[in-house]
Amino acid sequence: MADPIIVFDKVNKWYGDDFHVLRDIDLQVPPGERIVICGPSGSGKSTLIRCINRLEEHQQGRIVVDGIELADDVKAIEQVRKQVGMVFQQFNLFPHLTVLDNLTLSPMWVGKMPKKDAEERAMEQLKRVRIAEQANKFPLQLSGGQQQRVAIARALCLKPKIMLFDEPTSALDPEMIKEVLDVIVELAGQGITMLCVTHEMGFAKAVANRVIFMDQGQIVEENNPHDFFDHPKSERTRDFLSKILGH
Amino acid sequence: MAAVFTPIPARPAPVRTSGVAAWLRSNLFANNASTVATLLILAAALWVVPPLANWAIVHAVLRPDADACQAARGIGACWGVIAEKWRFIIFGRYPFESQWRPEVATILLLGLLVVSCIRSFWKPWLAVIWVAVVPVFFLLMGGGYLGLDKVPTDLWGGLPLTVMLATFGIAFAFPLAVLVALGRRSNLPAIRSLCIVYVELIRGVPLISVLFMASFLFPLFLPVGKSPDVLIRVLVGITLFAGAYLAEIVRGGLQAIPAGQVEAARTLGMSYWQTQRKIVLPQALALVVPGIMNSFIAIFKDTSLVTIVSLYELTGALSLALNSDANWRPFKIEGYLFIVLVYFIFCFAMSRYSLWIERRLGASRQR
Repeated sequence: MADPIIVFDKVNKWYGDDFHVLRDIDLQVPPGERIVICGPSGSGKSTLIRCINRLEEHQQGRIVVDGIELADDVKAIEQVRKQVGMVFQQFNLFPHLTVLDNLTLSPMWVGKMPKKDAEERAMEQLKRVRIAEQANKFPLQLSGGQQQRVAIARALCLKPKIMLFDEPTSALDPEMIKEVLDVIVELAGQGITMLCVTHEMGFAKAVANRVIFMDQGQIVEENNPHDFFDHPKSERTRDFLSKILGH
Repeated sequence: MAAVFTPIPARPAPVRTSGVAAWLRSNLFANNASTVATLLILAAALWVVPPLANWAIVHAVLRPDADACQAARGIGACWGVIAEKWRFIIFGRYPFESQWRPEVATILLLGLLVVSCIRSFWKPWLAVIWVAVVPVFFLLMGGGYLGLDKVPTDLWGGLPLTVMLATFGIAFAFPLAVLVALGRRSNLPAIRSLCIVYVELIRGVPLISVLFMASFLFPLFLPVGKSPDVLIRVLVGITLFAGAYLAEIVRGGLQAIPAGQVEAARTLGMSYWQTQRKIVLPQALALVVPGIMNSFIAIFKDTSLVTIVSLYELTGALSLALNSDANWRPFKIEGYLFIVLVYFIFCFAMSRYSLWIERRLGASRQR
């Protein structure tokens, strides 16, 4: 196994004084692995992936991303963030900028790329998510599915080694979920390391190398998708799966 | 048999009835309450407008003739007072034979302000022009070089002073306000406390007392002759005062920006200042344009308070012009109406500009 690109070593995190949201998390992700994280709400799955680019700070343990340990060093954090793209449930596109400007912003201001090159790269990514013809519209003029695809393209403009997806389809109308998942599936085939919080179990079966089930801040069970769904080991996992697959 | 889905083609909305009668009926006489309101307003207008028109137009005296004005007192307006005193009202105590200097200086400054308001001129060279025009403005006003007589700042007055105080007050207060608003949301307790103390302290005192302090109290703490010019002290006072109010308006806008925007910027590797400049402030300021413009208009009018520290801007210059001349003293109302018009032109222009900005910024929010 290659050196892991993400390492969680006994990570603990609390919100305030009494909400222990992550408990003794140990996780190693080799480059190129695709992980789906599921679990009930409040189980800490979003917090877990938000720790990887330090949108959340952990209080105990170590997190190492691409060889850089996450601590208070701002420069190191900015370095890590250039390697980690993130897609949010609520898209979080910048509504005052056109789609194209949303994509060129970071390459131009963080990557110091000339405008022309940044636009070229942006158009390349927009084509990749099949939305190039909307480049000059504003985000709110697009449908939810289109907005989320733009958000994916924006994250890809940094050429990240790691992509984090935080419930990317949960805010979408049912008819639009597929177009977004299709784009992510396509990315999955291209060797990028992916961590995806989702309850789309069909998607998990199709793309994940590993499925992680979390509850109450702990990793309860992890396995390849085949065994995870067909032979869940713990009672808690079986109970969860029966609830989300039972209808 | 499966049901076949046949889409109904979109049809235009029914045509609304138009024409004068239809408009009157639906807008002025739609129901009893509306009819009563319309008639009441009409009656009030009939009661107020004709006497006012009689006074302001029909029986008005336009010539700068004090005797004719005296004869028409109580019957007609004496617009002659403006014909007689306009230079004093507009330029204050500035030496009469040099009044072309504040005139040119003010036109330059106003012209630059207008240009600065137009989108297609927002280029780097605009900043260069500002850097060039501001010294020219003060050179023309103050003199002392290039063969221009020196005019001390306590003789500056009238509209040039009003425009200058408002322009520079706003130009300095706005960036200050943005920094203070960001500071109040800072993670650093020292910066946050400093900004809170500043805002609460300034908001807790009237502008008049700030001006008094700037003008009379501040020099007491400095060696004689070492304190900066009274105009600069007053300008600093206005800036600090307006900055506190503007900061709270800007903070209101900052609070309306969802945390997800900052998170998205952070995941893209943007630094704090890049995030504020490119993501947060453009959206936050767009939300509070009406409040900001409200404050700008207030600053413009608040400059009239500098009269109490013996700087005679537009309002002060009017009092000075009429009080010093017993023949024209009775016609203050006409004088005040004149400066009301001047203030109104400026404030109305600002207000329309703010609406235009709002419409432009609204473009990205429309579906």
